Amino acid sequence: MTPTEADAYSTSAAAYVHVPFCSSVCPYCDFAVVAGRDDLVDRYIDAVCTEIMTSESWRPLEAIYFGGGTPSHIDPLLLGGVLDALSLKHGISADAEVSLEANPEDFDATRATALRSLGFNRVSFGAQSFDAGVLVALGRRHQAGQIESSVRAARDAGFENVSLDLIYGTPGETTNSWSDTLSRAIDLDPDHISCYALTVEPGTPLGRAVRDGAEAPDPDIQADRYENADKVLNAAGHTRYEVSNWSRPEHECRYNLNVWAQGQYEAYGNGSHGYRDGVRFRNIRRVDAYVRAVESGKTQRSGNDVIESWDAEIDRLFVGLRRVVGVAPGPGVTAFLTSDSGRRLLDAGVVNMVGGRLTINRPLLTDEVHRCVIDLEAPECTPTQIQ
Amino acid sequence: MGKSLRREEAGAAVGNGSSGLVEGTMRGSFPSRNTVTDQTRIRNFSIIAHIDHGKSTLADRLMEKTGAVSERDMREQLLDSMDLERERGITIKAQTVRLDYTASDGEGYVINLIDTPGHVDFSYEVSRSLAACEGALLLTDAVQGVQAQTLANAYLAIDAGLEVIPAINKIDLPAANPDRAAAEIVNILGGSANDIVRMSAKTGAGIDEVLETVVRDVPPPQGDPDAPLRALVFDSYFDAYRGVVCYVRVVDGHLGSGDSLRFMATKEVHDADEIGFLTPKFIPVGTLGPGEVGYLITGVKEIDRIKVGDTITEARTPATEALSGYAEPKPMVFSGLFPTDGDDFEKLREALEKLRLNDASLAWEPETSKALGFGFRCGFLGLLHMEIVRERLEREYDLDLVATAPSVAYQVTMPDGSVTEIKSPQDLPESIDRQGVAEPYVKAMILTPSEYVGPIMELATKRRGIVGNMNYLSPERVELDFEIPLAEIVFDFFDLLKSKTKGYASLDYEPADYREADLVKVDILLNGQPVDAFSAIVHRNGADHYGKKMTGRLRGLIPRQLFDVPIQAAIGGRIISRETVRAKRKDVTAKCYGGDISRKKKLLQRQKEGKKRMKMVGSVEVPQEAFVAALKVDDDS
Repeated sequence: MTPTEADAYSTSAAAYVHVPFCSSVCPYCDFAVVAGRDDLVDRYIDAVCTEIMTSESWRPLEAIYFGGGTPSHIDPLLLGGVLDALSLKHGISADAEVSLEANPEDFDATRATALRSLGFNRVSFGAQSFDAGVLVALGRRHQAGQIESSVRAARDAGFENVSLDLIYGTPGETTNSWSDTLSRAIDLDPDHISCYALTVEPGTPLGRAVRDGAEAPDPDIQADRYENADKVLNAAGHTRYEVSNWSRPEHECRYNLNVWAQGQYEAYGNGSHGYRDGVRFRNIRRVDAYVRAVESGKTQRSGNDVIESWDAEIDRLFVGLRRVVGVAPGPGVTAFLTSDSGRRLLDAGVVNMVGGRLTINRPLLTDEVHRCVIDLEAPECTPTQIQ
Repeated sequence: MGKSLRREEAGAAVGNGSSGLVEGTMRGSFPSRNTVTDQTRIRNFSIIAHIDHGKSTLADRLMEKTGAVSERDMREQLLDSMDLERERGITIKAQTVRLDYTASDGEGYVINLIDTPGHVDFSYEVSRSLAACEGALLLTDAVQGVQAQTLANAYLAIDAGLEVIPAINKIDLPAANPDRAAAEIVNILGGSANDIVRMSAKTGAGIDEVLETVVRDVPPPQGDPDAPLRALVFDSYFDAYRGVVCYVRVVDGHLGSGDSLRFMATKEVHDADEIGFLTPKFIPVGTLGPGEVGYLITGVKEIDRIKVGDTITEARTPATEALSGYAEPKPMVFSGLFPTDGDDFEKLREALEKLRLNDASLAWEPETSKALGFGFRCGFLGLLHMEIVRERLEREYDLDLVATAPSVAYQVTMPDGSVTEIKSPQDLPESIDRQGVAEPYVKAMILTPSEYVGPIMELATKRRGIVGNMNYLSPERVELDFEIPLAEIVFDFFDLLKSKTKGYASLDYEPADYREADLVKVDILLNGQPVDAFSAIVHRNGADHYGKKMTGRLRGLIPRQLFDVPIQAAIGGRIISRETVRAKRKDVTAKCYGGDISRKKKLLQRQKEGKKRMKMVGSVEVPQEAFVAALKVDDDS
């Protein structure tokens, strides 16, 4: 993917749909999810459709992403209903990427066929690991074999774009088990692989356990795993295009490319965040509260941030620098290069200028760069600008 | 004498100065506030005690009992007026109050209670306060018994020639053991255990007996009313509206409002704009006679022009000899104070100047550190003083400061034989550029339950202490005397002592002398660059241990950076130990998609604020605490 191609996503139209329902909540998860409330599913999907139909209509969507939660946990026809609403309201481009997240244990041939026929063409599996011990430690309900069968089911149903999510650095994981997970993932010939460091979030069961003395992931071991993954995946033809994402050529996730190119995206469902017409907005986080708000005709929004011009420039760097292609020149890049902390990062080789673009050379230190970016100050106006 | 004794409010001259006895002091009534009080009816005393033994509570109770303060107006610990004093329960600045008391003999007495600071750091102030008294009430906690400052203060009072009246406080507490405390007191002061007043400042029990004993046992002042004026300045403070307010004790002669006064040590002449008593309100009067205690306002605005301990006399008919005992209080402990934000340098200077208005013992000079930028080398009377000043600067003046590890003043003999004093390790010349170095020793006294004698001896010996006398106050309590380099106790000695004795031992010390020692400067290098703020002067035998300890500690305190940071300890050019803070490898958010942007930015912003407590030293980020924490107490010290 060339920088020009990556930046072009800034003008695309995308939409995110949140499906919060899960069979059980994984101990590390801090997303807006709920388990044991399947009684709410129908009302929830009605609410999402209502939200879509009452939103301001837009141009045809080029990327749609159903995330969760576990979209594969609910009846595919309900997801089809949401796609219908999106299509009615905004239209969906003929070549749009339509993704959903799925858990291996849910994804049999019947469901795969149903989802494919409803219009989904990309599936991202929460595989996480092929090590039985790690899967248990992560609170996952599937076994390694189910990852293999679900990928086969997806392929058989005609999904041309299959992605696997993997988690590394779980306490109990070994160098060998991580290598084994990588090679078994590659053997399934996915188009896209995301590798995430296990992150301890406060307020989650894992966060509380670590606070109370349980073993925390070791950042140096995680760095080793990450470097190992990059090497192995490259050799298998997967190129990294963002901090945690690798793909075969032309198989980058277009929905996410839109976000990182500072493109606009609608967001529907509880706890979802969108960005349209210079405003970042978010919805009520609790499922039941969200449903009640929509049903009673009140606003489902819980906040809006108007992004003024300099903030937008900061955001352009903030999201864009996560990509391997980095960001194009602009006032933000100039401010970065003239700031003390920016120069330090350049001197230390954490960032680099490549073909006039600011790029991160050491993706594992991205937050260091981000802490510098969020503090950048707008340059002074030049006298000519004042006139 | 050509001097009229005035009570301006009374509007009349009262007395001729030769009798010294003045109208208005009739039997059975209080000596009038409008007349000079007969010395036989005056009692001047201080309460001296170990910290927390109830000095301020007793002072409050005495004021309440004598009606100086009504119960309704009573704030707990009225004499401790500074916030920090209240919070820590200690007295930093002495205060004074005049109490009117009708004793059981039917006579009215004027009792001047002169409060004293309760900590070893302020012993100069204690000694000035004691110099204004004829008696001292030695207060001992019935639970804790005699402690180091009880003893140190008792010795100060005895040395000052005061009548020491022992009293045992807190007899109401369930754990009180007044008999044991009494036995310990008898061991120090002699006398009979039966004569010791037992009381509770909290419940009020025994307060009458305290007042009666003060009237009976504290000798009345015996100043010469006909001699030229001699009055002792025993304390001063700065008031934003009135300038410097002095607390004075008239010894001989009379101090009159409007008099032209000579300050004998500073040789300055100022007019007495206003004089009066503290009840504790300011009550202006026309004259203070011999033996009386009160305040003096001269209009002087700069605190350092009035020296505590100075003798005041009349400018026209001056006394020939000053009262004994003026000495410049000498800073013992030095530390660099640097603003975290270099732009706050001027703000720090102004804050120090303001603090100095009320604390003449605070001294400083500008200091430049390659690591920390511009700041001040400050001299303090002791560790508590240092801590209090730093806390006040941060709290009252909203400054964010880096304090370097405290050190002492060394005397360096130069190649030409001259001796210079250095207050900062950076100033120590290389060993070839000096003939020798001497360091200050103190005489330290530790009071401890006898079971801890072993661990204390071990600690003192490790710190180069030379153990002297061991004196059993009772079978369970021992006084240990030793001589020890001040540098060995300025930092964590007290904490270690407390931890080795479960908090039961107490410490007091006084300066002794300077002694030659084989001292070296250990430098700490971060990323190859010496960091002056971490340099320390230590004994050669302890240098290796010190170097290892420091590099090890710093490795734990300095967060991982973008590159490997070597930490080395060196003497001259020789590296004695090395550690490395490995470069940070991973600092990244795994997932960042559309939903997370705002939240993620807020999180990073919070992390960023945490980083403001960092100081850039060369290219290395060092947490502010590291400058002191690197030397903090641990078990192996």
